[in-house]
Amino acid sequence: MTAPTIRVQSTDFDLQAEISALTAGRKNVGAVVTFTGLCRDEQGALSALELEHYPGMAEAEMFRIGELAIDRFSLLGLTAIHRFGKIMPGENIVLVIAAAPHRQAAFDGANFVMDFLKTSAPFWKKEHAADGSQGDWIAAKDADDTARDKWR
Amino acid sequence: MTVKLVYFAWVRERIGRQEEDLDLPASVVTVRDLLTHLTTLGEEYENALQFPDVIRVAINQEHAEHDEPIAGAREIGIFPPMTGG
Repeated sequence: MTAPTIRVQSTDFDLQAEISALTAGRKNVGAVVTFTGLCRDEQGALSALELEHYPGMAEAEMFRIGELAIDRFSLLGLTAIHRFGKIMPGENIVLVIAAAPHRQAAFDGANFVMDFLKTSAPFWKKEHAADGSQGDWIAAKDADDTARDKWR
Repeated sequence: MTVKLVYFAWVRERIGRQEEDLDLPASVVTVRDLLTHLTTLGEEYENALQFPDVIRVAINQEHAEHDEPIAGAREIGIFPPMTGG
């Protein structure tokens, strides 16, 4: 079974380079689905997000989620990259790429990884307000738990 | 038993430190016991952990339920629900 490619980094990622790395030299991939999560400015109210993570556990948990997805959807490859530190509106936060022989497995695999990543990978977002005031930690949403639970 | 505790996000901010080594009494058996014990250590802990049901815990960097025993733990992470992605 293929192992997921997992990275937790402060720097940005290159979508095309990551797709190429995942599919290079392979002739059995018929579908690649990518998901990119970006930082929104919340109608101008937000100047940045501060992403905190649990070093070591973040990578380990993303790897566990990736393995589950590869196993469950028979993926041929999976890449998940999550950034940390200060991220400005318009910048990338997270990338998931799922490769499979057919599209449904690739869509489902990417969707599954995102649903679990949001609820079990140890990352936390703090808002920096556009008016310079110290923002709040973003609260977890019940909708994210519901999205995760549909895979059970 | 001495264990390394690491705190994240608003739990870290409210307690006022990122990590610490703590000597735990033998009466602390489960994750829930640990959270209860911590609230006796001072106002900042009480403030951070006043709603223990929302607090998430990881033992040796793996998620743990509140009724799980902490025996054998080298590192225990304590943090709010995750909001990545």
